[in-house]
Amino acid sequence: MSLALVGISHHRAPVELRERVALDARGAEALARRLADDVGEAVCLSTCNRTELYVVGPGAHASAEAALVGLGGEEIGGALYRLRDEAAALHLFRVAAGLDSMVPGEGEILGQVRGAYERGATGLVLDRLFRQALHTGRKARTQTAIGESPASVSSAAAALAEQVFGDLRGCRILLVGAGKIGEAAARNLVARGADLAFVANRSRDRANRLASRLGGAAIPLEGTASELRSADVLVSSTGAAGVVLGRDDVASALRGRKGRPLFLIDLAVPRDLDPAIAELEGCYLYDIDDLEAVVAETLAGRRREAERAERIVAEQAERFREWQASLEVVPAIASLRARAEEIRRSELRRAEARLGRLTDAERSVVESVTAQIVNKLLHLPTVRMKQAAAAADGVLYADAVRHLFGLGEDER
Amino acid sequence: LVLVAELLFWPALVAYGEAAVAYGADARRPGLAGRLATWGVRVGWLAQTGLLTVQAARAEGFPWTSWAAALNLFVWLVIGVYLIWGCRTRYRLLGLAVMPLAVGLFVLARAGGGTGAGTEPHLSNLFLVLHVGLLLAAFAGFMLAAALAALYLFQERRLKRREASILRLPAPSLAALDGFAARTIAVSFPALTLGIAVGLARLAGSGGSFDAVIAATLATWLAYGCFVVLRYGLSWRGRRAAHLALGSFALVLVVLPIGHFS
Repeated sequence: MSLALVGISHHRAPVELRERVALDARGAEALARRLADDVGEAVCLSTCNRTELYVVGPGAHASAEAALVGLGGEEIGGALYRLRDEAAALHLFRVAAGLDSMVPGEGEILGQVRGAYERGATGLVLDRLFRQALHTGRKARTQTAIGESPASVSSAAAALAEQVFGDLRGCRILLVGAGKIGEAAARNLVARGADLAFVANRSRDRANRLASRLGGAAIPLEGTASELRSADVLVSSTGAAGVVLGRDDVASALRGRKGRPLFLIDLAVPRDLDPAIAELEGCYLYDIDDLEAVVAETLAGRRREAERAERIVAEQAERFREWQASLEVVPAIASLRARAEEIRRSELRRAEARLGRLTDAERSVVESVTAQIVNKLLHLPTVRMKQAAAAADGVLYADAVRHLFGLGEDER
Repeated sequence: LVLVAELLFWPALVAYGEAAVAYGADARRPGLAGRLATWGVRVGWLAQTGLLTVQAARAEGFPWTSWAAALNLFVWLVIGVYLIWGCRTRYRLLGLAVMPLAVGLFVLARAGGGTGAGTEPHLSNLFLVLHVGLLLAAFAGFMLAAALAALYLFQERRLKRREASILRLPAPSLAALDGFAARTIAVSFPALTLGIAVGLARLAGSGGSFDAVIAATLATWLAYGCFVVLRYGLSWRGRRAAHLALGSFALVLVVLPIGHFS
C-alpha cells in the first residue's frame, strides 16, 4: 500500500498562494473524506504555513494533486511538492517535531497534526503514520530542548519574568500604553497566570477597551508611578517622545515594596523607561534590544537542538519504513498461518476418530500441544520474512512461501 | 563488615564523581548528562547510606566522632538535603556547586580513615551523640542554603547584566532560590539551637569551661538567628538575604574544622 503526500508550504509558496488552499477544520475534514471515498485513506493538514494531503490507495498522487489544484488553481502546481512512502513519512515526522516550521520547535504544530489526524479518514497506514508522527513530535520535545526556549520578544519577556518570580500566578502587571506590542506581551504574561492589574494610557478609551478584554483597571498615564508600588511586572510601549518613568519614580515606589523585585519591560522606541532604573536593587529592566538578543540566542539554541531532533525523526522514519515494508509479507504470513491451522484442525478431527472419545481436559491438552507445535514451526519463518521485508526482499520471500506451501492455489 | 564498608565506599565515590563530572557536562549542554548526574547522586547516596549503616552496626556507640568520620556523615547529610531539590531539572546548577565539594570532602574523610568500619567510637553518651548529630545536620542545611544563596547571586547578576544567554541554562527563579535558602535555614536553625543547648547542658553538668569553639558556635547561632529575624520579621529578601546567608556560612566554615573535625 503506497503512501503519497502532495502539499504546499511556506518554503516554496508565498502567502498569496498558500491562502488559496488554506482550509478550516471543517473544510479539511470534508476534503479528506471526499478523497478517501476515491482512493482509500486520506488526511488533510492545513495550517497557516502549509496545506498537505496524505493519501493511501490507488491513484493517490493524482487524486491529491487534482484536489489541491482544484482548490488553488493551476498557478499553485509549480509550488507543490510530491513525496512517497518513506520520504512522505519522514516529512510528516519533521513537521510534527517542529523541524519544518518557520521557528524550529514551535509547539502549535503538534496540536494541528493531532487535529488533522482526528478529522481524517484513516485506515491501517495513515492511522499508524499519524500515531507515530505524534509520538515522534512528543519525543523530540521531551528528549531535546528544541521547544523550551522562547521564540518571540513577548514570550522572551514572559520567560524572563518567570526567571525572577517563578510561577507568575498572582503577579500583577501594569501595562503602560495600549498598543499592540504591549498587548501581545501582556497577553503572554496573562497566559502564564499573571493578572493584568492596570492599563495606563493617554487615551482613556483605548485603555478601557484593552482592560475590558484582558481584565484590570484603566488609569491615566500620570498614575503610573503611584500604582507601581503594587505591581510586579511593568510593560511599557507608548509612543511618547521622552522618558515616561524616571529612576526617582521607581526608587520611591520600591520603598513600599518590602524587597519584592520589580521586572520592567520597555518595548518602546524611543525608550519609555530611564535606563538608570536598572541600577536600583531588585529592579530588572529589559529593553527591546535586550529581548531581541535573548531571542536570537535562544533561536540559535533551538537550531543546535534541531540536529538532535533530526536524529530522532530519522530513527522513527526508519521504523515506519520497516513496518510499511512488513505489510508486503503480511498477507503471505496470514495465509501460511491459516493453512497451518486448517491442517492442524483437520488432523485433530481424524485423530479423534482413531483415539476414541477424549475428555475435555485431554482435548484441551491436545489442542494446546498441537497449537504450540504449529506456532513454534512458524515463528522463525515469520520473523525471517519480516526481516526480509525490512531489507526490501519481502516480496521475493512472500512469493517463495506462497509457492512452497501452495498458498492461494485452492482459489485459482 | 570491614570488607563490606570497603566495597560500599568505592561505588559511592565513583557515583558522586560521575555526578560531579556529569553536572559539568550538563551545564555546557543540558539534557542526558543532567539525568546521569541525578542518578549518580542517588546511587552514590544509597551506597554511602549502606556504608554508614555498616559503620553503625559495627560500632558499639556513635561511630562518627573522629573528624574524618564526622566528615563522612556531614557529606551524607549535605547530599541527603540536596537530593530533596537536586532531582529537579532547574536545580542541576546547584549540583555543579555541591557535588565537586562533596567528592573532595568524601576523599578527605577517606584519607583520614573515616570511611572504614573499624573506627573506635569515642562518644557513647546520648547527650554528645545528640549534640554532634544535630550540629552536623544543621551545618549540612546551612551549607546547602549557602549554595542556594550563591546560585541566587549568580543568577541575579546574570539578570542584571541582561545576558543574552540567560535562558539557555535551566535555572530556578530568583524567588524560588530566595525562598528555598530561607526555608532551609529556618529548618536548620532549630537543629542548631537544640544541638547547642544539649552541648551547653553537658558542659554545665561536666563542669567544663567556655572556650573559643563555643564562642564561635554561639556567634554562628547569633548570625543565623539574625537571618531568621530579618528574613521573616523584617522581610529581608534577595541580595541582602543571600549575602547574609553566605556571611553566616563563613562562620560555619570556621566552627566546623576547629570544633568538630579536630
